[in-house]
Amino acid sequence: MMPTADAMAATCWDVVVVGGGNAALTAAITAAERGARVLLLEGAPRPYRGGNSRHTRNFRCRHEGPLSVLTGSYGEEEYLRDLLLVTGGKTDEELARLTIRSSEACFGWMLAHGVHFQPSLSGTLSLSRTNAFFLGGGKALVNAYYNVAADLGVVVVYEAEVRHVVLRDGRFEAVEVRLAGQEVSVRGRAVVLAAGGFQGDIDWLARAWGPAARNFLIRGTPYNRGVVLRDMLDQGADSVGDPTQCHCVAIDGRAPKFDGGIVTRLDCVPFGVVVNRNGERFHDEGEDVWPKRYAIWGRLVAAQPEQVAYAIIDAKSAELFMPSVYPPVTAPTLEELGSRLGIAADRLSATVAAFNASCRPGPFHPTEIDGLATRGLVPPKSNWARPIDTPPFQGYALRPGVTFTYLGLKVDATARVAGSGGRYDNVWAAGEMMAGSILGQGYLAGFGMTIGTVFGRIAGEEAAAHVA
Amino acid sequence: MSPDPAAAMPALAEARRQIEICNACRYCEGFCAVFPAMTLHRSFPDGEMVQFANLCHACQGCFHACQYTAPHEFDLNIPRVLAELRAESWERFVRPSWLARLVQGRGVAVAALAVVALAAMLAAIAALRPADGTGFYAHLSHAAMVTIFLPAFLAPLAVTGLALRDYWRAVGGAPLRIAHVLAALGDVARLRNLSGGAQGACHYEKGDRPSTARRHAHQAMFWGFVLCFAATSSGTVMHYALDWPAPYGLLTPPKLFGIPGGILMVIGGAWLAALKLRADPALGSPGRWGGEMAVTLLLVLVAASGLALWAATGTGAVASLLALHLGAVLALFLLIPYSKLVHGAFRLAALMRDAQTRGG
Repeated sequence: MMPTADAMAATCWDVVVVGGGNAALTAAITAAERGARVLLLEGAPRPYRGGNSRHTRNFRCRHEGPLSVLTGSYGEEEYLRDLLLVTGGKTDEELARLTIRSSEACFGWMLAHGVHFQPSLSGTLSLSRTNAFFLGGGKALVNAYYNVAADLGVVVVYEAEVRHVVLRDGRFEAVEVRLAGQEVSVRGRAVVLAAGGFQGDIDWLARAWGPAARNFLIRGTPYNRGVVLRDMLDQGADSVGDPTQCHCVAIDGRAPKFDGGIVTRLDCVPFGVVVNRNGERFHDEGEDVWPKRYAIWGRLVAAQPEQVAYAIIDAKSAELFMPSVYPPVTAPTLEELGSRLGIAADRLSATVAAFNASCRPGPFHPTEIDGLATRGLVPPKSNWARPIDTPPFQGYALRPGVTFTYLGLKVDATARVAGSGGRYDNVWAAGEMMAGSILGQGYLAGFGMTIGTVFGRIAGEEAAAHVA
Repeated sequence: MSPDPAAAMPALAEARRQIEICNACRYCEGFCAVFPAMTLHRSFPDGEMVQFANLCHACQGCFHACQYTAPHEFDLNIPRVLAELRAESWERFVRPSWLARLVQGRGVAVAALAVVALAAMLAAIAALRPADGTGFYAHLSHAAMVTIFLPAFLAPLAVTGLALRDYWRAVGGAPLRIAHVLAALGDVARLRNLSGGAQGACHYEKGDRPSTARRHAHQAMFWGFVLCFAATSSGTVMHYALDWPAPYGLLTPPKLFGIPGGILMVIGGAWLAALKLRADPALGSPGRWGGEMAVTLLLVLVAASGLALWAATGTGAVASLLALHLGAVLALFLLIPYSKLVHGAFRLAALMRDAQTRGG
């Protein structure tokens, strides 16, 4: 039973958790298990509870030997090297090591709190050593945590929009919440902020990125609008991360504006060419295997006219990648395909003709770097370059899809948030809202859930200890 | 059988739409056999869709884990659309189709048939009262029972067998090997696909909270049914091979199988019915709730009347309890191909086909 606005306001809660995804739930459960009286304020309606965690599927876990569904071992140093590689060194090594070291203990914690794991999904064998997949994916995990939280007496309120965090002399006092059209002030002795990034606020994205951002698709929840983040930054909280940075991948251009999730991914790029509206290629489609390249293509497509591009393949390649959620546009000739996709038709066939002419014979291996490169073409295609000559031809529109933004609150190893006057007495943050402290740029599959779980637990423990 | 699958199974198109979205996601691979089977395909001909529908055990794990359920615009509800297609596939393959369509979803039709069967039994007992005989054979002779029940048992079996033959052709099944049959029987015995994979529980009466209740209730019903079948079979063997007619004592196979079997069926059936009242009908086949509930209650009636008949041995209630029990059994037999009872046969076929696909 959700409490009424009056009942919420009448109580002084031990710990108020702002947000309703993995990090928020982890913090709420941890604090409640230590005896705290916890209120969790989720901005989304119940069917959409869980923020971006709803769309996740695994978490990256250090382990020194085979662990349940995880094969082999994945030690701290290798994990850190992988992180340094994707972030280009933009990480806080102390926090990164803390996260990595704590990830193994999270595995058992998750099992104990109703999460189940399954072997690496088909098509993701490359992750079976590093990433533990949730049975059913992130929404099943979110459901399990809401059930555990309810059993522990955590009070959960949906559609609770937190508008303002009331801070006085470095101390949190209350949150101002809009609930069913009513403004309520909810008092608490500690607060954990875990309300995600700001990618759901397209205006903010457009201010940070430029007007091109209006054509971006948002892969996850529309409820992460950064209201609490903005409010904290306006009050002088220390920030980390570059506001112009977001994790952005190329996805199916027909995806919904919000919440398209995993199915909108397109893995066909390495097997064809990618052109813009003018029918021109603009980047090496075969630079590296797709799992290592998909994250740069969002940015590449964002730089093209109207933020759209088209992946073109032929019948030879039609079944080399994971099935797409929307069927491709097909045509018996490249001219017709171009006109169906809205590309200047003669330009597409001219580009493909030039590409085909630069292809050389040689062995083709779709699942590994095969060195089958073009000769004398600009930009080149370094691998998997086979002529596009077998009808029917297929085309997919690509658009930039934003997963999350990097701008966040700066925290220390106890998840405590700091402001201009030093650390706040009783304000903690977890999840995407502080992930920029560790992940300055780039992304490592499953690392967001690791940060959320590790810092959710720390924040929950610290907040509970503070009010004990 | 209608020549046009799309006309006979209107749920095909919607089921295919949903499965194509699932196949681009695959988060649910660990729940049951449907999702791994799906990943072997890029397109889904009618036969594959029908196979998925019958392979689905309605554990509902995929629904609660799904990021694309309503109000999301993709509006996925795999348990419901596969339940609908499953029921439509039975109506298509079972002959005559019109009878399956008439009875399957309608509790009233099931109840009406049960009443007719009961009346027929009362009439038979009144008209065919034997001159001698002991136990319940004093009310209806063994010969009369065989005359009624042999065709009432064999005809539905034949109808079901023909339907399975057509199913096997539709799903592209190859000749069976003993390994496929054993694998499928193992899956049935353990209800492997109603276990939710690593979760060890399905969903039913508690929404997104996993629960083992339905799995346990179904196991009680299933094994109770198997025991009762063993009781009847052993009685048949004793009657014909050993020349040892009923009534049988407490320490004979018909009673040793039948009494625990009947108790398990009553518990399992009542539990299944109670759970069904609490489950969300939006995750089941639309318009078939009444028929499903009615056959569940009919199973309880068969078992409970059998137990009551045994308990009433030697009293004046035997005649009417015998009519009740035999009427319920008669209705149950006749309903096998035309009600949800047929799910067992199709499910076994789907599991054998799945073992074949996996094992090559």
